[in-house]
Amino acid sequence: MNKPDTIYFFGTCLIDLIYPQAGISAVQLLQREDIKVIYPQAQTCCGQPAWNSGYRDEARAVARTQLALFPKPIPIVIPSGSCAGMMKLHYPELFAGQPDEAQALDVASRVYELTEFLVDVLHIELKDLGEPVKVAVHTSCSSRREMGVASKIESLLDQLGNVTKLEQIRKTECCGFGGTFAVKQPEISASMVLEKADTIRATGAERLIGQDAGCLLNIGGTMEKQGDAIPHQHIAEFLWERVKNPSPPSPLSLKGRGGARSSSEEAPLPLRERGWGEGESS
Amino acid sequence: MISEFRQHVIENLAKPNVRANFRKAMDGLMQRRLDQFPDPAELERIRTQAQAIRANALSKLPELLEQLEAKLTDNGIHVHWAETTEQANQIVLSIMQKHNAKTMIKGKSMVSEEMGLNHFLEAHGIDALESDLGEFILQLAHEPPSHIVAPAIHKSRQDVAKLFNDKFPDIPYTENIDELTQAARTILRDKFYSAEVGLSGVNFAVAETGTLCLVENEGNGRMSTTVPRVHIAVTGIEKVVEKLSDIPPLLSILTRSATGQPITTYFNMISSPRKPGEKDGPEEVHLVLLDNGRSNIYSDPELLATLRCIRCGACMNHCPVYTRIGGHSYGTVYPGPIGIILEPQKAGLDVHGELTQASTLCGACGEVCPVRIPIPTLINRLRYEGVRKDASTTPGTGSRRTTAEAAAWKSWSWSASHPAIYNFGTKAAARLRGVLPMQMSAWTNVRSAPQLADKTLHERMKEMGVADE
Repeated sequence: MNKPDTIYFFGTCLIDLIYPQAGISAVQLLQREDIKVIYPQAQTCCGQPAWNSGYRDEARAVARTQLALFPKPIPIVIPSGSCAGMMKLHYPELFAGQPDEAQALDVASRVYELTEFLVDVLHIELKDLGEPVKVAVHTSCSSRREMGVASKIESLLDQLGNVTKLEQIRKTECCGFGGTFAVKQPEISASMVLEKADTIRATGAERLIGQDAGCLLNIGGTMEKQGDAIPHQHIAEFLWERVKNPSPPSPLSLKGRGGARSSSEEAPLPLRERGWGEGESS
Repeated sequence: MISEFRQHVIENLAKPNVRANFRKAMDGLMQRRLDQFPDPAELERIRTQAQAIRANALSKLPELLEQLEAKLTDNGIHVHWAETTEQANQIVLSIMQKHNAKTMIKGKSMVSEEMGLNHFLEAHGIDALESDLGEFILQLAHEPPSHIVAPAIHKSRQDVAKLFNDKFPDIPYTENIDELTQAARTILRDKFYSAEVGLSGVNFAVAETGTLCLVENEGNGRMSTTVPRVHIAVTGIEKVVEKLSDIPPLLSILTRSATGQPITTYFNMISSPRKPGEKDGPEEVHLVLLDNGRSNIYSDPELLATLRCIRCGACMNHCPVYTRIGGHSYGTVYPGPIGIILEPQKAGLDVHGELTQASTLCGACGEVCPVRIPIPTLINRLRYEGVRKDASTTPGTGSRRTTAEAAAWKSWSWSASHPAIYNFGTKAAARLRGVLPMQMSAWTNVRSAPQLADKTLHERMKEMGVADE
């Protein structure tokens, strides 16, 4: 499609509550491309947790609330492969045969995952203003296998001259988050994420970049608990940090946890550096 | 309370050697498969072809089964129908009894596992010996298969060496694979000659010609189906295909998906008992067609796709859950992604419904399935079947619905479909994040607790003046 003037932004509930900076950065990236962003304040959650748990009526009630938020015929950009997959691929299933099926299909047809939108629709050009940094990328399963957009985050990072990508072994394997899976099958999930954290650490990367808050929460939280964390960031936040001017002080020089929390969008810090509430664990 | 499944999982996750065996084996199988499909577009083309062949067969299943029976009968093969595994066992037993047979040599057959045939025959004084090397090892160890293609994949060379040394003290201890194989071969060779009945599974049954196809690597399948006087084949009713020309593409994608082989060492096409003048082959051939819940699966237009399965095992090879917990954790005949959709449909969601939770829905299984069974979609469907309020054709529907969980989702749904309440809740949570209790040990056993941001994205968007339309 052609570059639109205006888009809807659906922030997702994990970003809303835990990683708002990722949402802010995504909006700033879009605005910098001369796109007007609409953020419907009535948005809540895409409904995926209930959908994946088999509670379809409950999922539909929540999804229906979102359907009403996007009346204009413009793209809906979502900084998550998982939530985008829910709205693009599963809303049509969830609303099949329902009175609002057409509305669900219309919404589904306008959904873009953020990196997909930046690359395929905006053809965004990025100039790297950051210091040299080595990163590992974790592409979420939903971005890779549902949305089929795994190559987009890679191509965005490839535009950044000072960023070196390092590849962990079994890169395409799931991190073990799986939404409620992490708490319903905690032992399996733990064994998966511990291995994922090890393989990422073994690359020697200085930062972990992902495109789904769930995976980042899972892998980052594990590294944090292990006490040998490398900072992790959502792709939107990382990109904004690299391309905005002036460049912020390198967050990699920051030490300690929980302290240096930024409340200003002008100086976003890697998510992990904003603290994980160490007193609350275990 | 920890379920039986989770207890198995915890036990098996705590076995580093077994986990290492699975990891190494699955990594190898994934690579071997990948090497067989260098051209992604070509892979998609042959997946479509294989899917079409299987979908076609299922769409005409009743007619094709009738045609198969007629053709097999014309060819001199006796056809038996079994609705339940008990009936299937009885049919096998009565054939054995008719021949006063006390010994059976078996090629690999997952349907015979489904029937619990070995135990059944044992209880009737019949000695059934597994001749597939992996199955032979497991029979010695009194264990069920942990993988549908490579049943003893969880055992290392050293495990097998110790087992052989324990069971066959006359054979010198060795960890050399060739020597171990030779030892098994020597033991089995006598059994092939002396067994009165041979039993095998079936990979494809061709309706057009009445041909039973058997894919194998060790030659034991050919021995089991040609040396004894009587051959009994057992298979599920879904294994039928329409035409002989369906076989080459299906065989090719099966072996490449399963073991990364362009073709197996042996491929047997059994079309009749020994004819006058022929030098080998059994005098009598029987086919037992087992339903065991398959007709019921067939009655649901979506779940029907489960029956497309050609038992390649690629879904388990690629499953990050299976790779870690191993086949035995599932407590079912068929483990891994295909098992977690098949077993609850056969035994009921009340029996095996929890297995539908043994998936992150990562999609790796669906991505590699040679006949494109949408496994993640069917997992989602069965999770729904497990907690739905009304009845359906899936056995045990609704049995996994608990009052507490249903109430929790209802409450979540109510708040997330009332933005004002949702925003009030999230804002309040953010404000109170320092004092909220963090009772989430399932998460925090290996992870730090997620910390809520001091302001939600909703609030930050408002502050930034982002349009709310």
